[in-house]
Amino acid sequence: MKDGQKADILLREVRLALGEQRFHFDCSIGEGLITAITGRSGSGKSTLLNLVAGFEAPQQGRIVIGGQDVTELHPSERPVSLVFQDNNLFTHLDLFTNIALGISPSLRLAKEDRRNVSAALERVGLGGFETRKPGTLSGGERQRAAFARALVRRRPVLLLDEPFAALDPALRSTMADLLLELHRDDGTTILMVTHDLEEVRRLADEVLFVEEGRISFAGKRDDFLAQETSGAISEFLRRS
Amino acid sequence: MLTQAEARRALAGGIVALTLVIAITALPVLALLAFASRFPENSGFDAYTFSLLRFTLLQAVLSTLLSILIAIPVTLALCRRPHFPGRLWIIRLMAVPMGLPVLAGALGLITVFGRQGIVNQALLALGLEQPLSIYGLTGILIAHVFFNFPLACRLMIAVLEGLPQEYWRLGASLGMRSWSIFRFIELPALLRAIPGAAGLIFMLCATSFTLVLVLGGGPAATTLEVAIYQSLRLDFDPARAIAMALLQILVTACILALLSRLPANDPMNMGEGRRISRMDGQSWPARIWDTGVIMCACLFLSLPLLAIAWAGLRSNFLEIVTSAIFLQALSTSLAIAMLSAFACVLLALVIAFARQVVAERRAPPRSARIFSASLGSLSSLVLLVPPVVLGTGWFLILREIGEVSRFSIPIIIVINMLMALPFVMRVLQPALQSHRARTARLVASLGITGFSRWRIVDWRVLGQPLAMAFSFAMALSLGDLGAVAMFGSQDLVTLPWLLYSSLGSYRSHDADSLALILGLICLGLTLIGTAEREMRP
Repeated sequence: MKDGQKADILLREVRLALGEQRFHFDCSIGEGLITAITGRSGSGKSTLLNLVAGFEAPQQGRIVIGGQDVTELHPSERPVSLVFQDNNLFTHLDLFTNIALGISPSLRLAKEDRRNVSAALERVGLGGFETRKPGTLSGGERQRAAFARALVRRRPVLLLDEPFAALDPALRSTMADLLLELHRDDGTTILMVTHDLEEVRRLADEVLFVEEGRISFAGKRDDFLAQETSGAISEFLRRS
Repeated sequence: MLTQAEARRALAGGIVALTLVIAITALPVLALLAFASRFPENSGFDAYTFSLLRFTLLQAVLSTLLSILIAIPVTLALCRRPHFPGRLWIIRLMAVPMGLPVLAGALGLITVFGRQGIVNQALLALGLEQPLSIYGLTGILIAHVFFNFPLACRLMIAVLEGLPQEYWRLGASLGMRSWSIFRFIELPALLRAIPGAAGLIFMLCATSFTLVLVLGGGPAATTLEVAIYQSLRLDFDPARAIAMALLQILVTACILALLSRLPANDPMNMGEGRRISRMDGQSWPARIWDTGVIMCACLFLSLPLLAIAWAGLRSNFLEIVTSAIFLQALSTSLAIAMLSAFACVLLALVIAFARQVVAERRAPPRSARIFSASLGSLSSLVLLVPPVVLGTGWFLILREIGEVSRFSIPIIIVINMLMALPFVMRVLQPALQSHRARTARLVASLGITGFSRWRIVDWRVLGQPLAMAFSFAMALSLGDLGAVAMFGSQDLVTLPWLLYSSLGSYRSHDADSLALILGLICLGLTLIGTAEREMRP
């Protein structure tokens, strides 16, 4: 698969047991769309994301990204980039190094790579921040830097694990706008875990609702928001 | 949130504690200075003194370097292998040398690395002519590394365990190889722990007494601490002892000044063996390397311990432990240890309470702040004057008053109490602070005061840290040879002193049994302390 190409994600009869908890996922995630994984805490949202990222290995089933079976692949060999809720940056390294590690994990950089790093910083609104250390940035700026690294990696899938949960509400909507803008330009497939209904409304094209280790709803956002019948979903919608 | 009367009592207690500790540490130093002026022409600062200073620093530097250099690969291997069989037990094994009486450890090391030990047998079998010597500089280094590299490991493991989980995942998802992970994640973290760990180990090695006394030998391998003891008790050359004691204070003062500039490193904050989920190091060379490193570390740690048990059980163990002299030494040791531990915990509590009272004032006056800061720096003051120096000073003072041996027991108790104070304060102060922060307002609003507050509120929470502090102070006192060496006599025999004398008179079987029993008692006490700690959520 070539970089920058679009890709869909398939989980075929993926089964996994972690201690007492059992997970069973079978779904497809459309290419070029933003899909939100939501559900109550402890339902298995992050496990689903970790399976796609390669941090958890399924005991059964296959995971296919863009037509390529990635089930046995190491996280670094999968065509995905990641942004976590927090700690996306190594605090002892400056922003340039943090982002350049996305291009070369041993920091062997060509001239063009250096330009790309600066361009990515520019795109997320952190132009000129190359030598700043993460400790001198606000929470929002740190997440922007994490997005910049995802940009330079140019992987067809972007996995987000509650990327805005640590930010205050006003900042959340600004960051959501940035994400939408980046998505419009690159058309990356985005899979994001969130428990924030507002984020689902604002960002998602499609929704996966996870309940006790299974996907109990998969479909369009508007259909999800209109769900009144399913007990768990309507309760989730009411509470948020 | 204390009542007026309680606050006044706490402050008064603090003043008494402050005066007491300063008096105990400052009086002997003043005595040393005063007596030094009595020998103006024979200042004791000669070529020999400086060669002692050089050796003291040299062995401390080498011990520190070796401990850190050995600890790095072991730490990395243990952190990279979260599923290594028995990993948690290996990390617990690393706590053992810290609780083991130095003398018992030294005996185990002699059994393993001595002329008849298995290491030299193996080296001879391999055709090496010159066997390894457990005495002299080599021996001191082996022993210092044995006692201190686990400490460095645990401090470094704590830092690596404290890194955000995301770092390892990021490393994996960015495709970092072992070298990149070392360069960008592990090394920067280790570099934060190493200065503090190295400073602590350097301090411990520069003031190490027992190991050098047992393994060092002759003028070529003697440190200041041991030379002070020798010139006072063996050669009876007070002028020299005084000169070297003052030099020792200068050395520790320099180290302490250096330490205070290093990032704080809490020796009580040890790695607990938490599993980090790691995706790297799956290649066969990495697995073989890590396994080899961990096995070597385990062997180095456990062989001397096994040797203590084996030699102890093989000797006339039952005969020794039922002998009159042993029972007498045991009861003396236990009595001294309990009294000094009790006094130490009491002193630390009084200090902590007084500081708490000042901290709870909204706008404490300047004098109160200075008072609280002085109480807080008592630990450093205690570290400034090592036990042997303290002993020398008191020896000189008491000699003026009367027969020194009459004061032996109280002075040993006092020295042991002071030795444990820095550690005990480290345990108790944060415990008391967080406990007060949680309960002070509630207790004040309910009007629970005095003894009932202690019984209902404080005891339940502080009982565990108190037990830990007490058992730790007791273990420290039980294993101490320094103070007893300065003040011991035929009438006053403690377990370590009995062990040391049987070593000196070549009754090695007796020594083996004593090392085993002493080791068991102290390890038992340390276990009580750590078990209590792990029970806490």
